[in-house]
Amino acid sequence: MTETAVLAEAGTPKRRPRRSAGAGRPAWSALVVLVAVVVAMPVLAVVLDGLRSLGSTTPPRDLPGMVLTTLLLMLGVAAGSLLVGGGLAWLVTAYRFPLRNVFVWLLVLPLAVPAYILGFVFLSVFDVSGPVQTALRAAFGADVWVPEVRSLPGAILVMSLSLYPYVYLLARTALIEHTAGTYDAARTLGAGRGRALRRVLLPLARPSLAAGMSLVMMETLTDFATVQYFNVQTVSVGVYLVWKGTFNFHAATQLAVLVLLFAVAVLAGERVLRGRARYHRQGSRGQGLQPQQLDGGRGWGAAALCAAAVSTGFLIPVIQLLAWAAGGAARNPGFLADPRFGEYIVNTLLVAAVTAAACVLIAVAVGHGVRLSGGRFVSSAAQLTTFGYAVPGAVVGIGVLISFAALDDALEAAGVPGGTGLLITGSVLGILYAYVIRFLAPAYQAVDSSFAKIPMTLTFSALSLGAAPRRILARVHAPLARSGIAVALMLVAIDAVKELPIVLLLRPFGFTTASVWVYELARENFWEKASLPALVIVAAAILPVLVLVLQARSVETSGKVPA
Amino acid sequence: MSIRADEPRSGGTGGVPAALVFEGVSKHYGSTLGADSLDFVIPAGELVTLIGPSGCGKSTTLRLAAGLERPDQGVIRVAGDVVADKRRFVEPEKRRVGLVFQDYALFPHMTVAQNVEFGLDRLTRGERRARTGEVLDLVRLGHLSGRYPHELSGGEQQRVALARALAPRPAVVLLDEPFSSLDESLRAQVRRDTVATLKEAGTTGVLVTHDQTEALSVGTRVVVMRGGVIEQADTPEKVFEQPATRFVASFMGDADFLPAHVHRALLTCEIGVVSTVPGWANSEADVDVVLRPHEVALQPDPNSPARVSSVEYHGAFVLHYVTLASGRTVRSWQPHTVRHPIGTPVAVTVAAGTTPTLLLGDRAITSPPPGSSLKPRPSVPLQLS
Repeated sequence: MTETAVLAEAGTPKRRPRRSAGAGRPAWSALVVLVAVVVAMPVLAVVLDGLRSLGSTTPPRDLPGMVLTTLLLMLGVAAGSLLVGGGLAWLVTAYRFPLRNVFVWLLVLPLAVPAYILGFVFLSVFDVSGPVQTALRAAFGADVWVPEVRSLPGAILVMSLSLYPYVYLLARTALIEHTAGTYDAARTLGAGRGRALRRVLLPLARPSLAAGMSLVMMETLTDFATVQYFNVQTVSVGVYLVWKGTFNFHAATQLAVLVLLFAVAVLAGERVLRGRARYHRQGSRGQGLQPQQLDGGRGWGAAALCAAAVSTGFLIPVIQLLAWAAGGAARNPGFLADPRFGEYIVNTLLVAAVTAAACVLIAVAVGHGVRLSGGRFVSSAAQLTTFGYAVPGAVVGIGVLISFAALDDALEAAGVPGGTGLLITGSVLGILYAYVIRFLAPAYQAVDSSFAKIPMTLTFSALSLGAAPRRILARVHAPLARSGIAVALMLVAIDAVKELPIVLLLRPFGFTTASVWVYELARENFWEKASLPALVIVAAAILPVLVLVLQARSVETSGKVPA
Repeated sequence: MSIRADEPRSGGTGGVPAALVFEGVSKHYGSTLGADSLDFVIPAGELVTLIGPSGCGKSTTLRLAAGLERPDQGVIRVAGDVVADKRRFVEPEKRRVGLVFQDYALFPHMTVAQNVEFGLDRLTRGERRARTGEVLDLVRLGHLSGRYPHELSGGEQQRVALARALAPRPAVVLLDEPFSSLDESLRAQVRRDTVATLKEAGTTGVLVTHDQTEALSVGTRVVVMRGGVIEQADTPEKVFEQPATRFVASFMGDADFLPAHVHRALLTCEIGVVSTVPGWANSEADVDVVLRPHEVALQPDPNSPARVSSVEYHGAFVLHYVTLASGRTVRSWQPHTVRHPIGTPVAVTVAAGTTPTLLLGDRAITSPPPGSSLKPRPSVPLQLS
């Protein structure tokens, strides 16, 4: 999942029903449905294959352990993110303290450091050979007790620090935007600040907190790289290891079904937590909660808390990476000019560019199709195209493999010797397909929010002036949606640069991207070498975070200053 | 499919086909009724207003005509050509139907000239230029052709929208509440300009509105809709003076209803004799009479049981509410110099020369209902004991 999911939740108002040119355009409707089918197919394949092979393979011996570990990890990270993200959101919203206005947006920065990068920096500092334990041993002798760093709590800590901004952003939006008018009403009805908080703000913020936690849990579930640093065996790790270790389709598929069940449980849990509440904007006008001044020591304490979160989640890892890169370059001038580095960067950019272009093209076509065709069926199909964001990478990966295997079989049966051969499994096509499934959602959300701003009357006018759908797309819809298209291109490209699990699972032999390289070097404890590609990824990932910051700030101003 | 306007087809008069024809057109949204078996003919060159309360189906009618909805039933013709029936459905871009929306829907990324040229892409560049100049001159905006929509005032945007819709020479232009986003002060002027432009261009227009005054003053004919059904389609005068239903009477202007009785052409109700009803000489029936406030006269009369119950000052006129003995209320417009204090006993009469509308149930009747006839009046009235 991506920042854009947050963007969609926090930024744009919920979809409103809209009428379309309901006369129906069979070709465009068919296109939307086709996209939905293509996107849904791999996941469907996983479910079907998993059910069919039920009982035909023995599950991995440590399956109960894996399930328990997954559960503990997800709950732990969710709780940690709620504590850190929700707490910080409350702190910067309800209180005024030194540097608060800077921290409001600095606190988002940890989103730019993926967990698999934060994880290895954390290990380099706190593991047995790291500076902290070395210092402890020097001070207290070799037998000094330190908690095991490569453990479940370690993973929970790192992932919470890396993922808390999801909760932070949604909680903050909820506190400022959704509740202002209601808070005012509560105060005019005689509720004090504390009572208004307990009885009005928190219940109203609950859906947002639930949404933030479900995002965090989905991210946790989809990861199988970071957790491996910490020797944490989740179900997703199981999928990866079974597939890469034994190439046993059925066993991997069954585990993937399990992962999918976890995802469904998370979404269902969010529904339950959210209750009947929806993201109303009702009563968004108003003064809302006015921050209280924290004086002296308490103020600086609050600032220190914020500083700690930003430092551990962003500043320290980035400084450490820079130090490694600088140190490496100082000792060995050729360090920066590793020829493989160039190749992997080119691979990364190529995959990112193609993915972005494909996702945006499809998103624009779907948005245009929905607008022209309308109808509940087509709209549902369009919604279906975005569900890949909620499907963990392991499931998408295995699903793509199964789908291509089935395609191979079908082609062979149809008399094509060798089926697709190595065309797909031996190339990056599989990765691209999986990426499109996974990243169509942010692309569609960005494009769709631009489309939503184009009044239907504009489309109707263009039609009545004799313009056929394709001309409307070229002359009216595309030019007017260009900001959404640009945002979608950027977001998808950057997500593709950061993405790790899917490449690990689907990459053809010898194909490496920057993220894979970071992972491989980090696993072998080549911290210094990993620093450069890691910095490249952080640099790319910071762009959408800046977009988020701008959004957060506009929320800030629109929420605070009465028009 | 080519659409030719010069081919006479059914529904027209005098060789020119009607601009827009609906024959039994229905449209449902799930269980809600959008349009129920609509029938109407709009002859070429007319300006028809379509009015009704919100949800009455007027917008659905417009969308059906434009091709933005597919009818469930019925036939729609534009300039003589069938554009929608059981088998055929002509897409909106292939109908000769222009649209002007309340929000004008100008393309914000195009200049005024580019907006107008958008619908002319089948012409050569020279023809396109010429036609664009022509329609922009028609709305007197030739000097602003290089501007972008956001650089124009609301009234100017409205004129560009009209020019853009007229440019491809549509058979009919549909205007969906085109004036409702304009300031009150600007609205009358823009309305006059629009009507003048449509007349000058000779284009048939259908104007949807929810403003009764607008409907009556603009259209050559008025179609009143409610609940997906046409209640009345007639000239503005007929619609106002001879409403076909109780709803039309109360929706198109103010109206009060009193139970009344016709006996041998004499219409009486609570306030006394209202008028005579020609042609009802041998009838006796219970009806409701429609009284419009401007037809109701008041006279202070200490013996009258009717009392002034409330008075509203409207500037040129003063609206009096009068409670009758039965507890029913009638309203009366009085010149601004007349103001009867609340509680004044007044005699209520109907202004001379008024022919009030009679309702049986919810429908207007002009001839005696069946079963109401009496024996022909004997030459000497019977003396009842």
